Amino acid sequence: MTIDVAAREPAPRQDNQDPALFGQTPSQTVGPFFHYGLPWKGGADLVGQSDMGARPDLFPAAHYVLNLPSPRATPEGEAIRIAGRVLDADGQPVVDAMVELWQADAQGRYGTDRDPAFVGFGRSSTDEDGVWRFRTVRPGRIDADQAPHVALAIFGRGLLKRLATRLYFADGAGNDRDPVLAVVPPDRRATLIATRRGDDWWLDIVLGGAGETVFFDL
Amino acid sequence: MTAIRPFARDDAGQPPSRFADYRSTLARSPSQPPVAIPPMVTETTGPAGCWDRLMGAALADLTAQHGGEPIGQRIIVSGRVLDEQGRAVPDTVMEIWQANAAGRYIHGKDQWNAPHDPNFTGAGRVVTDRQGRYRFVTIRPGAYPWGNHHNAWRPAHIHLSLLGPAFATRLVTQLYFPDDPLIEIDPIANAVPMPYRQRLVSRFDLATTEPNHALGYRFDVVLKGREQTPFEEGDHDH
Ligand SMILES: [Fe+3]
Repeated sequence: MTIDVAAREPAPRQDNQDPALFGQTPSQTVGPFFHYGLPWKGGADLVGQSDMGARPDLFPAAHYVLNLPSPRATPEGEAIRIAGRVLDADGQPVVDAMVELWQADAQGRYGTDRDPAFVGFGRSSTDEDGVWRFRTVRPGRIDADQAPHVALAIFGRGLLKRLATRLYFADGAGNDRDPVLAVVPPDRRATLIATRRGDDWWLDIVLGGAGETVFFDL
Repeated sequence: MTAIRPFARDDAGQPPSRFADYRSTLARSPSQPPVAIPPMVTETTGPAGCWDRLMGAALADLTAQHGGEPIGQRIIVSGRVLDEQGRAVPDTVMEIWQANAAGRYIHGKDQWNAPHDPNFTGAGRVVTDRQGRYRFVTIRPGAYPWGNHHNAWRPAHIHLSLLGPAFATRLVTQLYFPDDPLIEIDPIANAVPMPYRQRLVSRFDLATTEPNHALGYRFDVVLKGREQTPFEEGDHDH
């Protein structure tokens, strides 16, 4: 006997294909096991050809199917290192987080006129100390009002939604009149401002509790 | 110069950051509400179109990455990436990662004693076409236990990550399978209130299924849409 599929009465169900439910796909956590799927070798080095950003120690080499660093042109501007820890509400380092970065080039450009050697996007896994780290160029000012900054997004086990924030520089021109810093309560602005630590611009990202980082509703 | 494009806020189907039944959220969620910021070019743009420079060529067949065929039920997952107005989101990358048919990840910190499959990594990526369509071939992942509570098992799921057109539209989600009894007792899925949780449940689809080859599932991803659309620049080609 053959079932007449075309004439079959479909079982009542609501699912992804139901027009009555059309709307934003809900966010879900990346979980703890994203390292072989998202952060590629070189993904945290926006300037050079190193393999910063991935955690190949967490899975067998034969199962690395992500991108390999390829020779790239050197972008214009000042090469800098930015880094920090991801800390939870108890002050413990978050060793299974991922930080994404998106920024303007050294001239403050995002569009098609940006430095062709600079994409401006990267990913860094946190290490066993909860530290994320990027090598990039110092972003220029986008316009006369905005201070130099990079956008950061934090993902991890226990994060049902990615948390969006920004990193500014302690010596950045225009921090005092930047339109985003201006809407942040003054006593919390320091959570967005990286300070010099050796060769790094350093900013801890605190997911909750004392010193909680300001996250944005975009 | 890229135009400023403000995007919609979270709709009623987005989970909260803190959901007590999912214990890991307790120490990892902000206690302060997120600060609304004016739409700025940093958040309203993104690395659209740069995915191949960043991540390399597409890997749309997760069953063909090693010397042999992986064990398990071969499946095809297909659908569209849309914005909230139902318009296609073309040329955006969807990254995919998942456990194998036994529910085991290739990840060194996955300590469950289900078997690894040397022919299956469980990572891939595809790019949407001009109509926002995508398609990939994989193995149906197994359910797996986790430490959240006594006898906790995650429903079978595929992790999906989408860049979308802007930093503001970035989305990471999980695709579930129809008729899985674990969904309704899973704290991560339950962080999404009903009926919106059902947006995460794919649909078995005979039109996507290929005879003598693979079962097919449909799953559309809807990204945050533009609040205001002064120019409909992408709408002339259909
Ligand atoms: Fe998972």
